[in-house]
Amino acid sequence: MNATLQTILSRHGDRDGALLPVLHEIQDALGYVPAEAVPLIAKALNLARAEVHGVLTYYRHFRQTPPGRHVVRICRAEACQSVGADALAAHAEKRLGCGFDETTPDGLVTLEAVYCLGQCAVGPALLIDETAVHAAVGPDRFDALIDALEPRK
Amino acid sequence: MSVTVFVPRDSTALALDADAVAAAVLAEARRRGADPTLVRNGSRGLFWLEPLLEVATAAGRIAYGPVTVADVPGLFDAGFLAGGAHRSRQGPSEAIPYLARQRRVTMRRIGVVDPRSLSDYLANGGGEGLTRARAMAPADIVRVVIESGLRGRGGAAFPTGLKWRTVLDAPAARKYIVCNADEGDSGTFADRLSMEADPFGLIEGIAIAGLAVGASGAYIYVRSEYPHALAALDAALAAATDWLDGFRIEVRKAAGAYVCGEETALLESLEGRRGIVRAKPPLPAVAGLFGQPTVVNNVVTLASVPDILARGAASYRELGVDRSRGTLPFQLAGNLKHGGLVEVPFGRTLRELLYDFGGGSRSGRPLRAVQVGGPLGAYLPASRFDTVLDYETLAAIGATLGHGGIVAFDDTVDMAKQARHAMAFCARESCGKCTPCRIGATRGVEVIDRLRGGKPGQSELLRSLCDTMIHGSQCAMGSMTPLPVLSALDHFPEDFR
Ligand SMILES: Cc1cc2nc3c(=O)[nH]c(=O)nc-3n(C[C@H](O)[C@H](O)[C@H](O)COP(=O)(O)O)c2cc1C
Ligand code: SF4
Ligand code: FES
Repeated sequence: MNATLQTILSRHGDRDGALLPVLHEIQDALGYVPAEAVPLIAKALNLARAEVHGVLTYYRHFRQTPPGRHVVRICRAEACQSVGADALAAHAEKRLGCGFDETTPDGLVTLEAVYCLGQCAVGPALLIDETAVHAAVGPDRFDALIDALEPRK
Repeated sequence: MSVTVFVPRDSTALALDADAVAAAVLAEARRRGADPTLVRNGSRGLFWLEPLLEVATAAGRIAYGPVTVADVPGLFDAGFLAGGAHRSRQGPSEAIPYLARQRRVTMRRIGVVDPRSLSDYLANGGGEGLTRARAMAPADIVRVVIESGLRGRGGAAFPTGLKWRTVLDAPAARKYIVCNADEGDSGTFADRLSMEADPFGLIEGIAIAGLAVGASGAYIYVRSEYPHALAALDAALAAATDWLDGFRIEVRKAAGAYVCGEETALLESLEGRRGIVRAKPPLPAVAGLFGQPTVVNNVVTLASVPDILARGAASYRELGVDRSRGTLPFQLAGNLKHGGLVEVPFGRTLRELLYDFGGGSRSGRPLRAVQVGGPLGAYLPASRFDTVLDYETLAAIGATLGHGGIVAFDDTVDMAKQARHAMAFCARESCGKCTPCRIGATRGVEVIDRLRGGKPGQSELLRSLCDTMIHGSQCAMGSMTPLPVLSALDHFPEDFR
């Protein structure tokens, strides 16, 4: 992990406003930003530890603990609400057996809310991991998407 | 000669399985010994027809949609490579009424071009604005933008050219262009579509803004919820290095804070800090990014500029009504049959958009409430559907056009629940700087809960709380959250009993 951190930090050290790009890269590489990274980031970017910690905790995108093997973010904003996002959210909690901001007991899925994915004309929408956007997701489609995450061998 | 087939690659098409459809088309073609050229364009914004497949024929591009993987063999049987008849055939793309009735100006190239190809962009009229701007004095570029009447499309509707003039006139060694691509409003996707389907249009607008004010560089601040827009911009910028002739544009990924769409919070975030709203003055145009004069403009604002430079201020100004000049890419969202992007001149009515374009509700039930302008926008009842859509008319009825998002709800909506959501969203996303917003929104949720529980005196309390938020908040997050709350209470009082 330290080697990963050092590579990332050495790449961004002299960039203007480098903190967010650095946090993004660390999270992309490790899945979260571990507490041990904070002093290293502070040193490399010449910032106070409190400053780094403040930014890390301010932005919802950044995690301080590892998530489940997959992250499912369901849009709960108005346009998706108008076509059944609340029902989808309730179904998801039941199907996964965990609430929002929680991880399934087997560590498969962390469930989160998101406020708009730009798919407001074709909701309800959700995002799986970093890039897999799905639209017009009803309960059946949700179950199929979850089943496909880790097909049983 | 190989036939060209278009299958979109923007995130809406992908979210509806366009990659699988594209793969099925290629596989089926191979099986039948055909060899079409596949172009991954962006969506034309007719989202209910996605994945919308197009084929180039002698009679122009013919559209088929929505196409599923299972439809693909049937399409080949029907001879779709030659434009043959099929259940999903929509006819010539540009003659589809939803598109033909629009006035695509800023969005003229979405769905038409390959968003990864600079040469395609240039071959379709792109680049003319920048070429002209390069031959003009900065003050002349600014003058054209002022004369066009273009106002900011991010929500505040400030005249773009005036903002640019302030930055041009500010003496400084370094100046910046910052493109606000945080698009956090529910019900909006025009920025996203612009970036995913025509990224060179935005890049050209930024480059022109850079010339107009003498900027040393530019940033595009893109929300982290838009991975495909981020990828499209990265690819386009890599292809645009020579064309930009040394002008540096850097993409920065946001980190999931709605308030970072507010321009000064955005600047804080770009500088590597928490996204806390700054006090104004100074305006960003005077002291913005790293303390330097900075143009902060929305994606659609900047993407509107190339056409204005290429065709002249008058061509833009002659569209629209009163002080709302030009076009707005409206976004039809929520419970509508035909959701999508509708670019029309200002001056159409809400009803035209909801019914003539949107086709009424998706559920088949009557439309009851429409939220215009994002989560900080008012809810309008059916009695307001004849409202003309321009900035001043909306403001006059206590509403806002915002970024042009229109979210429709049918008669199953519970407006007290929507009001509660508005307060809860504000409480969640408040930057925390001022008490009326930070604490007020949390109190607002509690008051609405008691009101719904039947406790007397609560609606007066809610109104007074909203009054405090309106007058005591530093930015629109706190001062405009009362818009959806009070409009729900005023127009749908029966839901609060
Ligand atoms: C809470 C809040 C969120 C905002 N979000 C956005 C946004 O996502 N995109 C945007 O362009 N403007 C947003 N704005 C407006 C910006 O502060 C600013 O007015 C705009 O970026 C200026 O660009 P324009 O003149 O081209 O509209 C927001 C404002 C507030 C108060
Ligand atoms: S109104 Fe809310 S979001 Fe805006 S500055 Fe105040 S606390 Fe921050
Ligand atoms: S409101 Fe759900 S994608 Fe926009």
